[in-house]
Amino acid sequence: MIETEGLTRKFGPITAVEGLTFQVGRGEIFGLLGPNGAGKTTVVRMLSCLISKTSGEARVGGLEVGNARDALAIRKMVGLVPDNVGLYEALSAYRNLDFYGKLYDCPGPERAARIQMLLQGLGMWAERDRAVQTFSKGMKQKIAIARALVHDPQVLLLDEPTTNLDPEAARTVRDFILERKKDGKTVLLNTHNLDEAQRICDRIGVLKGHLLGVGTPQEMEGRAGRRQTVIELEQVTPEIRKAIRPLVASFREEARRLVVDVADPERENPALVEAVVRAGGRVLSVTAGGPSLEDTYLDLVRGSP
Amino acid sequence: MRLSKSWVVTRKDLSVFRTKRSLLYSLVAFPLGIGLGLPTVVWLSVRKTHASYAALIPLLDTFLFFFIIAAVSLASTLAAYAIVGEKVERSLEPLLATPTTDSEILFGKSLAAFLPSLAATYFGAAVFMAYVDGLTLPTLGYLLYPNGTAGIFLLFATPLACLFGVEVNILVSSKVSDIRAATQLAGVLVLPFAGIYVLGEIGVLTIDASTLLLISGGLIALDVALFFLSTATFRREEILTKWT
Repeated sequence: MIETEGLTRKFGPITAVEGLTFQVGRGEIFGLLGPNGAGKTTVVRMLSCLISKTSGEARVGGLEVGNARDALAIRKMVGLVPDNVGLYEALSAYRNLDFYGKLYDCPGPERAARIQMLLQGLGMWAERDRAVQTFSKGMKQKIAIARALVHDPQVLLLDEPTTNLDPEAARTVRDFILERKKDGKTVLLNTHNLDEAQRICDRIGVLKGHLLGVGTPQEMEGRAGRRQTVIELEQVTPEIRKAIRPLVASFREEARRLVVDVADPERENPALVEAVVRAGGRVLSVTAGGPSLEDTYLDLVRGSP
Repeated sequence: MRLSKSWVVTRKDLSVFRTKRSLLYSLVAFPLGIGLGLPTVVWLSVRKTHASYAALIPLLDTFLFFFIIAAVSLASTLAAYAIVGEKVERSLEPLLATPTTDSEILFGKSLAAFLPSLAATYFGAAVFMAYVDGLTLPTLGYLLYPNGTAGIFLLFATPLACLFGVEVNILVSSKVSDIRAATQLAGVLVLPFAGIYVLGEIGVLTIDASTLLLISGGLIALDVALFFLSTATFRREEILTKWT
């Protein structure tokens, strides 16, 4: 549904995005992770035909980004949630959505039904006639998301949709995004919230001007190379420490837990647990720990100029 | 260009204007103040000096120039809210992401600034003409207004001046970041018109039908030039990367 190949955008002497190549399939949630200034917003703006590309190719729904004749059709196909909600503060939530619905050519009755469905889905129907300026940040963000969906787009471009939201509002927004996936929508999610990316994205791309890595959250986690086994005990005794020291490269203690660095957990864990038990340890649980997506992300971002 | 899209933008902007009390007050108070204030001044001076209304007809006609000034000022203020207001609320990005063209958005916003300004100016001019007719009818024995000069003022010069105010504001929108700065421009914009009025008052220029047609011709040329300049300025990429 979204394809880019060598997509590049320069602003004068500054290269914001360089040689970006990735694909997002229909019904897929693809997360673009990256620090501030990594070019995430520039990518979203190029894909929604708001700014032009300097070079490379990009297609949305088979239509060519950068082709003036396709621009309106692409914009109609895309729902955008920009990093700033950009609502008309003096107007009501309903009036905001109705205005955008008209610009997207939604017929009257269908528009009204869709606005009702979206506001109900986001728990905002009761607030529909209130001026947006009286809303909290989270409520405004929900309206911005409803606005992006008012024309039932095939592609959703979300630029940090949960930034500055409280956990409950962020959860509502995340659940709503997942619901759209069930509807077959394609979602490109810009975020620097690693936990969020891990929870809802099918695949993740780490961006810092250029794409540093792409994969599923699980694949990305594995890239950091470090793996850990966490053994929770009733008590960590000197005998237990002595028993496991020859078996592992390194370990650390966190209260009643042993966090052990292992190269091959499937092979090493049975011997490790056996040694702990022989040393008199009472094992409460054994879990696989790290490396986390954060480890991979930081490795990639810090390793890139 | 699809006019229906522009009209959607116009209606939205008119809805926003309706929520701004200061704008509504300006739209009513400014033209009404001119419409009531100037004839009252004339009435008071006639009472004091016992001058005849017939001798004051050229002065009364020249007073219509104030409605051109009102139109420019109001149009410029509303255009500032329509364009710089979007910039302030950071609502341009989602608006530009819709399947509308730059010219559809621009035309819609221009119309939103133009229509209320012109309507308010016409309302003030109607009050002015009715008041003056009420004062002069007993002496003159006929209705002074509407007349040919007022017709040219209101049907040609005023809408063209209104358009001028809108277009100049679109041009400067890229350079200002708040509505106050944009509305201050309205004060500057009226200066050339105030200058022409003063030239008329001191007798350097005769403000009659032919002068007004000349001014209207000049405004048409300016409006056409400004239209091309403002549409060239209103480019969504520049708006997103340089305006914000």
